[in-house]
Amino acid sequence: MSVKLVADGISKSFKSNKGNLKVLDSCNLALKRNEFVSIVGTSGCGKSTLLNIIAGLLAPSQGEILIDGQAIEGPGRDRGVVFQSYTLFPWLTVEKNILFALKSSKISNKEKSDLVKHYIKSVGLNGFEHSYPKELSGGMKQRVAIARALVYKPSVLLMDEPFGALDAQTRGMMQELLLNVWQEHKTTVLFITHDVDEAIFMSDRVLIMTARPGSIKAEIKIDLKRPRNYEMLTSPSFMQLKKEIIAAIRTETLKSLDINS
Amino acid sequence: MKKKSLFEIRTAIPRHIYLLSGISFIAFILLAWQIVSQLKLVNPLFLPSPIDVINEGLRQLREGILLTDSKASIYRILVGWLFATLLAVPIGILMGNFKFIEGLLEPFIDLVRYMPVVALIPLTILWAGIGDFQKFLILFIGTFFQEVLMIMDNVKNVPLDLIKLGRTLGLSRYAILKDIILPASLPAIWDSFRITIGWTWTYLVVAELVAANNGLGRRIMDAQRYLATDTIFFGILFIGFLGLVTDLLFKFAGNKFFHWNKS
Ligand SMILES: Nc1ncnc2c1ncn2[C@@H]1O[C@H](COP(=O)(O)OP(=O)(O)O)[C@@H](O)[C@H]1O
Ligand SMILES: [Mg+2]
Repeated sequence: MSVKLVADGISKSFKSNKGNLKVLDSCNLALKRNEFVSIVGTSGCGKSTLLNIIAGLLAPSQGEILIDGQAIEGPGRDRGVVFQSYTLFPWLTVEKNILFALKSSKISNKEKSDLVKHYIKSVGLNGFEHSYPKELSGGMKQRVAIARALVYKPSVLLMDEPFGALDAQTRGMMQELLLNVWQEHKTTVLFITHDVDEAIFMSDRVLIMTARPGSIKAEIKIDLKRPRNYEMLTSPSFMQLKKEIIAAIRTETLKSLDINS
Repeated sequence: MKKKSLFEIRTAIPRHIYLLSGISFIAFILLAWQIVSQLKLVNPLFLPSPIDVINEGLRQLREGILLTDSKASIYRILVGWLFATLLAVPIGILMGNFKFIEGLLEPFIDLVRYMPVVALIPLTILWAGIGDFQKFLILFIGTFFQEVLMIMDNVKNVPLDLIKLGRTLGLSRYAILKDIILPASLPAIWDSFRITIGWTWTYLVVAELVAANNGLGRRIMDAQRYLATDTIFFGILFIGFLGLVTDLLFKFAGNKFFHWNKS
C-alpha cells in the first residue's frame, strides 16, 4: 500500500507574552492510502494544533506535510475537515450546506445535485434535505458536516473530535455510521479523539501523543476484523488493547503533571 | 410542589401577566397624570392634561401640520441614516476583517465618536448651509461613527471555525467575505440598523434645532417660545411613538428575513 499522508518533523511554538509555548516537538506520522488512524492524547497536548497544520490552516514552525509525496502550501480540496464545533451555515438548508462545498467544482448542476442526494442518503438524512441547522440535533448536524466534507471527494478526511459534544448513545450510532460511510467511499481518515474506546473501535492504528510538547509516542495496531460491531467492545482482545493504550496515556499524563508542579 | 409566586428568581411567568403588567403600568401613569391635572395640583402651564395633549394632536392632524412635519422629519431621518449606513456597512466589514484597516481607522473614529453633536451645529451650518443637507449631516454624524463600530463587532462575532471551513473548501478571501462572513453576520448587522435608526429619532430635535421651518423637532422648539406645553408634550410623545414603530417594523422584518437564525 502506498503512503498517502506524511507529517515530517512537525514542530510548533506559539508566541505569548510569557514567552514561547512549545506545543509540538518533532511530530512524525505516516498514513497509508485508505487507512483509518486515530490520535489519542491528553487534553492540551497539541492534537488540534497538529490537525490544523495538516489541514494547512496553520503553518508549522518546522517540518512539512506531504500528501502523495508533495509538500502542502496551505489548505486545499485534497483534504476535507470536520470540526468538533457544529460548523454548519445556519442560513442554508441541509441540502444547500452540502452543495456549498461544490460551488467551485467544474461539474454540471445536475451532477452536483445527484452527488448531494447521494451523500444525504449515505449519512441517513433523507427527508431532512430542506431543514435548517437549527432544526437538527447535534448528531444530525455532524452528519451534514461529514457529508459536506466528503462530497467533493477529498482523498484525506481530517476529523477533530467530531463526536466530542454528543451524548454516549448518539456517539455510538455516529461511530458506526462513519465506519459505514468510510467503507462505502474509501478515503484516508485521520481521526482525533480523547475517547479510547472510540479510537480502538474505529481505527486500523491508534497513535498516542505525548503530553505537551506533543509528539507521537507509541503506535498500537488494531487487528480487530471489519466490519466492526458493538459486541467487540466487550471482547477480550478489545479489553487487552484498551489496557495497553490507557497505560500509555497514563504515563504521559503523569509526566505532564510532574512538569507543571 | 408549592405553588410558584411571580417572584421566583430568573423564572418565566405567564405571558398574559407579563404583557398585562406592562400595559397597566402605562395606563396607571396616564391615569395619575389625568388626576393630577384635573385636581389642578400643578399649573397647566407646566403640565397639560392628557386630554389637552390628545386634543393638540387632533388639531395638528386636522390642520395638516402633523403630516407635513412628519414627512419632513421622516425624509431627513431616512436620508441621513441611509448615508451613514451605506458607508458604515462596507467600512465596518473591512475593519472587522482586516486588522490593518481597523488599526488605521479606529483611533480616528473613537475620537470623533465622543465629540458632542450639538456643538457641531455651527460648523455644519458653515459647511452645509441651512437647508436639508445640514440636517442630513447632523443625523449622519450622530449615527455613522457609532454604527461603523457596531458593524465591525458584528462581523468579528462570526465564529472562526466557519471561516476556517471556508479555507479548507478552497475559497478565496473575497468568497469567504461574500459567501460566509456577510450572510453569517447579517442578522446582527440588521439589529445594529434597528438600534441606530432608533438613535436618529433622538437626534431629530438636534438636527432641526436651527434653520428649519418645519419638522417634528422644529415644532417642539417653536412651542417653547409660545409656552405651548401641550404642543411640546405631544411632539415628544409622537416622536417616541414613531421611534417605537420603526423599532417594531425592523424587529418584524428581521424575524422574517432571518427566520433561520433563532430557534
Ligand atoms: N493560537 C494559539 N496561540 C497560543 N496558544 C495556543 C494556540 N492554539 C493552541 N494553543 C495552546 O497549545 C496547546 C495545545 O492546544 P491544542 O492543540 O488545542 O490541544 P488539544 O487539541 O490536544 O487539546 C494548548 O496549551 C493551547 O493553549
Ligand atoms: Mg482539541
